[in-house]
Amino acid sequence: MTRRTPIATGSDWNFEILDAFEEEIARLADEYRLDTYPNQIEVITTEQMMDAYASVGMPVGYHHWSFGKQFLAVEQAYRRGQMGLAYELVINSDPCIAYLMEENTLMMQVLVMAHACYGHNSFFKGNYLFRTWTDASSIVDYLVFARKYISECEERHGVAAVEQLLDACHALQNYGVDRYKRPSPVSAAEEARRQKEREAHLQAQVNTLWRTIPGRPREEDALPGMADEEDPLGLHEGGRYPPEPQENLLYFIEKNAPLLVPWQREVVRIVRKLAQYFYPQRQTQVMNEGWATFWHYTLMNRLYDEGLVDEGLMLEFLQSHTAVVNQPAYDSPYFSGINPYALGFAIFTDLRRICEAPTEEDRQWFPDSAGSDWRETLEFAMKNFKDESFIQQFLSPKVIRELKLFMVVDDDQQEMLEVAAIHDERGYRRIRESLATQYALALREPNIQVYSADIRGDRSLTLRHVQDSRRPLARSVYPVIRHLYQLWGFPVQLESVQDEEVVRRYHWPLPEERRRD
Amino acid sequence: MTYFIDRRANAKHKSAVNRQRFLDRYRTHIKRSVEEAVSRRSITDMERGEKVSIPARDISEPVFQHGPGGKRSIVAPGNKEFVEGDRLRRPGAGGGGDGAGEGAASNQGEGMDEFAFTLSREEFLDFVFDGLELPHLERKNLVDLDEVRPVRAGLSREGVPARINIVRSMREAHARRIAMRAPIRRALREAMEALAEEERKDPVLRNPARITELKAEIERLEKRLEAVPFIDTYDLRYNNLVDQPQPSSKAVMFCVMDVSGSMTQAHKDIAKRFFLLLYLFLERNYEKLELVFVRHHTAAKEVDEEEFFYSRETGGTIVSSALTLVEEIIEARYPPGQWNLYVAQASDGDNWDDDSITCRKLLVERLMPRLQYFTYVEITPHAHQALWEEYERVAAEYAERFAMRQIVEAGDIYPVFRELFKRRIASS
Repeated sequence: MTRRTPIATGSDWNFEILDAFEEEIARLADEYRLDTYPNQIEVITTEQMMDAYASVGMPVGYHHWSFGKQFLAVEQAYRRGQMGLAYELVINSDPCIAYLMEENTLMMQVLVMAHACYGHNSFFKGNYLFRTWTDASSIVDYLVFARKYISECEERHGVAAVEQLLDACHALQNYGVDRYKRPSPVSAAEEARRQKEREAHLQAQVNTLWRTIPGRPREEDALPGMADEEDPLGLHEGGRYPPEPQENLLYFIEKNAPLLVPWQREVVRIVRKLAQYFYPQRQTQVMNEGWATFWHYTLMNRLYDEGLVDEGLMLEFLQSHTAVVNQPAYDSPYFSGINPYALGFAIFTDLRRICEAPTEEDRQWFPDSAGSDWRETLEFAMKNFKDESFIQQFLSPKVIRELKLFMVVDDDQQEMLEVAAIHDERGYRRIRESLATQYALALREPNIQVYSADIRGDRSLTLRHVQDSRRPLARSVYPVIRHLYQLWGFPVQLESVQDEEVVRRYHWPLPEERRRD
Repeated sequence: MTYFIDRRANAKHKSAVNRQRFLDRYRTHIKRSVEEAVSRRSITDMERGEKVSIPARDISEPVFQHGPGGKRSIVAPGNKEFVEGDRLRRPGAGGGGDGAGEGAASNQGEGMDEFAFTLSREEFLDFVFDGLELPHLERKNLVDLDEVRPVRAGLSREGVPARINIVRSMREAHARRIAMRAPIRRALREAMEALAEEERKDPVLRNPARITELKAEIERLEKRLEAVPFIDTYDLRYNNLVDQPQPSSKAVMFCVMDVSGSMTQAHKDIAKRFFLLLYLFLERNYEKLELVFVRHHTAAKEVDEEEFFYSRETGGTIVSSALTLVEEIIEARYPPGQWNLYVAQASDGDNWDDDSITCRKLLVERLMPRLQYFTYVEITPHAHQALWEEYERVAAEYAERFAMRQIVEAGDIYPVFRELFKRRIASS
């Protein structure tokens, strides 16, 4: 390999230098067959970066106090020096928007380009969750639509009313996702056109649902022909409604809440759509960061090998990289959970090693991957998994040993905690399984579904929380069901179920009379 | 394909709306912090932001979460001494134990007791005034002001070279040149035509004397044409400035307070808040604002801020002593022609029996004609005494410029302040 002269030295940068580096990184990325969206790299100031942080990575956001709170928190942390802003901010859109902060050194800019514009970007384009759940080409349009719609609502109905509604939706936004149905993303123009139609249609549907004449003779329901005409959705055919438990609370609210007016349904929908957009990101933290970190590391080293960056820049890079993939031990004062960068980077790096230089252990554990083409194996791993399954599949004994992972069982019926597995032959599988579960969104968040809506009686809504290993809900359950009550408009109750048996009930509004009894 | 966009010049403060929404939502919390800061700080030290903390639980955004309890397993890194089967005591009373190991919880603020942030200076002042619309006080009447400011007032033919208006001067010169050259040109043209006509004639018929005459005429006219000056003194135009009386940008605020034995520290704190509000308010309206502190019991004295608010005195009260001193200070240092004069007086209403009448006379005859505004706050839960009654008569006479209110507790200050100045808007 011929060594060339460095493109630039020192820590200052300008647009020509960035361009030159970008070109080189693009060439190398192409060599590695990284498939990316076009990049739109935006150079911004610190203040703008804080803005971007505060709007949780949406380039255009609707207004809400919680983003203001976020901004104040970021600003405070940044001013006190508790937090560096620099690392990266990249948006899953087509073209893929990445932010470079003007204060960054040259090394940082190059690093962020490699990390965000080629690492994250290719992940967004390749990973099945992103492909299924998000439409990168339309997200910015949709955000513009959402912002416009919500500010129109604020004008028409008052800021306070919209804010209250958004508060309630935000409380439930993690439950605004269909986990198993493929969603259909649409663009903003389409959305605006459809929105009008939908308003009318949706309201009509809700009206049908709630058009229950009390005391209606049951026989009439039984007549199949009649029921079809009067009740095209088959909603009143006795039994429970909904017939199957619904996991998407916001969707259920949007379609069924009796008292919401059309604009409110649309706002619920907006929050739901955005929750859907962020859903893959919440499930691929380790993979996404690991992948991006793996690629910035690989690409930076290639730049160095070719002589395009000098030793000074490389040392600065290594220092920064080491900090990013640092994993403090559980008893360190800096410990705050498993560092997704560290874990993801370790798994991808080790996977490459397994392909290139497999040991006997690797051949046993990864018969398919050991000795295969590393680039193809990594591509496969990136495309077809989420954190949970990725760890289950690719966490190798070597990584477990290196991170010295151990597993502790915390059972409230036992007085002591028990170390159930450590990084040894007997523990690998258990640790891997347990860690994978730890990243399973379905277990990280309580499993709560709509169980029944009493459409004939008092219109109350019942949710069911299926407990996982007797784990109860945190106290935040009351404020959340209060928000739900606001949306639904009639009493809400939540039942915690363990082994088919209701162990605890939460009500809102609080049942005063019952308490007195 | 990649392209770079330099967004640095774009608007900052994209989050300004969200920030404001947040501040509005937690108005009560923030107000509490701001009020504490107000009583802690010096009057002149209000021009900073303020750090505000809000209990995290009050601003949390609730979501469904797992609570402590049940059975779960946690994988953590950095094992040193554990082997399988080890039993450990539950760490801490925190309940969550190694809970942080559970993924990367995205809940900002969870586990933090206080949500702390910094208000900017403007936001801080907004909260101090509690969104109060500041009335725009009339500045001192123009007629009795000595201060003037030069104002552009068209053009003049006289002036100093520094004020020459070049464009207008050149335009004048151009016009003059056209006007002066026109008759010469006309004569020149006629002469040329006559000459040409003469020369067209048959050489026999030509009149040599006439030709010579015409040629001489033409030469003379051409000289005259050249002699028309390019620019002349008449052409010069100067930017004209006239002196216009100018509302004074200087103000002085007299803080007058009773420090006799009956005024407790609580009374003084209330008074301080009131002075503070007035100070901030005036400060936003005048370029320069001076403060004069006059405290009095039976005798008045000019003091500095520290002594004004925090030293204790005993004894009786003679209010007129302070008013006399204020008048003397005005005479000596603040000629009313140049200064806007404000007096804010705080007292618990006690006064020496006969003195209240003296006070009224002093005010009506000597002080009020010169003052911009006089505010009096009486900090007492009790019935009014002679001073209040006399002041009411002053108020009747100078309804525009004299305001008085009773304050019972600190909470009354904002409303009273608002009321004092609201009435003023209505009447102006």
